[in-house]
Amino acid sequence: MKSAVAPSAGSPLVELVGVARYFDVSPPWLNRLVEHKPRVLLKAVDGVTLSIAQGETLGLVGESGCGKSTVARLIVGLYRPTRGEIRYAGKRIDANGASRSARREMQMIFQDPYASLNPRWRVADIVAEPLLAAPDHQRPARREIEARVGALLEQVGLVRGDGSKFPHQFSGGQRQRISIARALAGKPRFLVCDEPTSALDVSVQAQVLNLMHRLQRELGLTLLFISHNLAVVHHIADRVGVMYLGRIVEVAPTKTLFADPQHPYTRMLLAAVPDLALTGKARTAVTGEVPNPLDPPRGCAFHPRCPHANERCHREVPLLKPVRRAQASSGEAACHAVEEGRIGLSVVTPGDRSSDIPSV
Amino acid sequence: MAGEPLLAVEHLRVEFPTRHGTLVAVDDVSLGIAPGEVLGVVGESGAGKSLTGAAVIGLIDPPGRIGAGEVWLAGRRIDNLPPEALRRVRGREIGAVFQDPLTSLNPLYTIGRQIVETMTTHLDLSSSAARKRALELLAEVGIPAPTRRFDHFPHQFSGGMRQRVVIALALAANPKLIIADEPTTALDVSIQAQIIALLKRLCREHRTAVMLITHDMGVIAETADRVAVMYAGRIAEIGPVADVIHRPRHPYTRGLMGSIPSIVAEREELAQIDGSMPRLTAIPPGCAFHPRCPRVFDRCRRERPELMPAGATDAACWLVV
Repeated sequence: MKSAVAPSAGSPLVELVGVARYFDVSPPWLNRLVEHKPRVLLKAVDGVTLSIAQGETLGLVGESGCGKSTVARLIVGLYRPTRGEIRYAGKRIDANGASRSARREMQMIFQDPYASLNPRWRVADIVAEPLLAAPDHQRPARREIEARVGALLEQVGLVRGDGSKFPHQFSGGQRQRISIARALAGKPRFLVCDEPTSALDVSVQAQVLNLMHRLQRELGLTLLFISHNLAVVHHIADRVGVMYLGRIVEVAPTKTLFADPQHPYTRMLLAAVPDLALTGKARTAVTGEVPNPLDPPRGCAFHPRCPHANERCHREVPLLKPVRRAQASSGEAACHAVEEGRIGLSVVTPGDRSSDIPSV
Repeated sequence: MAGEPLLAVEHLRVEFPTRHGTLVAVDDVSLGIAPGEVLGVVGESGAGKSLTGAAVIGLIDPPGRIGAGEVWLAGRRIDNLPPEALRRVRGREIGAVFQDPLTSLNPLYTIGRQIVETMTTHLDLSSSAARKRALELLAEVGIPAPTRRFDHFPHQFSGGMRQRVVIALALAANPKLIIADEPTTALDVSIQAQIIALLKRLCREHRTAVMLITHDMGVIAETADRVAVMYAGRIAEIGPVADVIHRPRHPYTRGLMGSIPSIVAEREELAQIDGSMPRLTAIPPGCAFHPRCPRVFDRCRRERPELMPAGATDAACWLVV
């Protein structure tokens, strides 16, 4: 399949500009009328600006309800944005009648491999479906489809003969491989993976992560990888975005983000992750919980849990701004305290990680 | 392990009779937990870790049954007690915390009533004394404004707060042992950290022994003193947590540790154990891990290894002989 636009390395493939998605979760009309209940809007995603470069893996992390899955669904077009623009290879794809060829270049892999495969279809039919969905003149002949499905199954570590089986004959990890084969069938350039390994056991997760890593290198795919597991994102992503209550609070290259987190929420998250290397060490105390997204705090949504919050944080929503570090353009954070230099001081001691010495 | 174990499980076997023969879900598992000790039990889904915990508290649903073995709590055998006596042990001497805090609480009663009921059932307390103690307990597990929250229903709490209530409930009768089955799996990382810290502090202060069942090695690394790694119904390796994580002897433990992504280490490839755990209907002869083992040799296919001392840990593997 030909690309909509010729790729150029490093240029953004996917761009989100001020994208928001609100859900109307109001009580039924009658309750509103009789009990005078107001309309209620859930701001699942509230102004996300993001770009994913050609060939890169962007990880998106955050706790449940932060809107990371909604971002994924907005990009692939399962939801329409309430406002904002989504561009793919420079073209808007959020509007009516957006180019179908752009949509065909993106595929999605879902979390639950038990729910995302039709139990009544044979694996070969499942994997072939994106090929059959191609427009008439591009649809390959039957023989070609069979050959292609066999090759895809082998590519993800299954055997050709598995095509005649049904999904229930496979384990969770194998099913996720089938999902990956199906996603790759249409030769996509861009894959959206929403928690693809969260339902899997660790040893199987390692198999799937290694497979995705290999495929990305071989096929030059661009990946949006969504997970609540920071260690998984650390392993697979080139750049990481951290979400909190519908907004991105920090974006940085993976190494920088994990070595020198800026936003207090990122610091808290990293401190909270249990890790094998930390045996016996006391962890930083974490306080508070994610607030109700129906009634988010004013100003910075993180201020009730933030040790650095001041009066400005209660009042004003912080915007994503570049963080001053030694290297140019090495990340952005949405935090007044970081911007004002109140907590600009890095947690990394100088000389500890020479490549990441902060300038502040 | 120092001193007399509080809980001793000996040669435990849990089986499920089916039309096609008997499935053995837990096979010859022996372990002990000392007072104040946290024993982690890890394994992938289907390894038998939850059933081991359920067998200890006598919560195996029929047709499942304890096929063989003994469970001793503080010098008293509890696996063969009649149901009524076992019910008194459960709650009074063994507390339980399960994965889903919503289903472990009764949605129709206030949390205060549930804690008070547990106390008056198991302890010789008047209801006003129980109420006083319940309030203390809620404060201890970190519920803000316990007096106000006392009369709230479970649905009025967030997931993390509910799990705190469940922990308070498990501690209500001052048990000697807590079985915590995936207590943090349903929670977000920041809440998970709080719950782990809470469990650790409480068991240190009350000298409660904890059997922490989870698939998350990170949680084990942070919490447990010793850890048992289960595979296909058996213990593959058991030992002090640092040794099992950093100097594993069993190839399965090694593969498992290598397959966990880390936020500290830089690794291009994760270690990979090919294949997946066998189904209960088709557990291979010899060592159950042999079809996936990178260092398999002839004896592994024929003979089943028992746990053998290997350095600081015990491993069920012919390589350590």
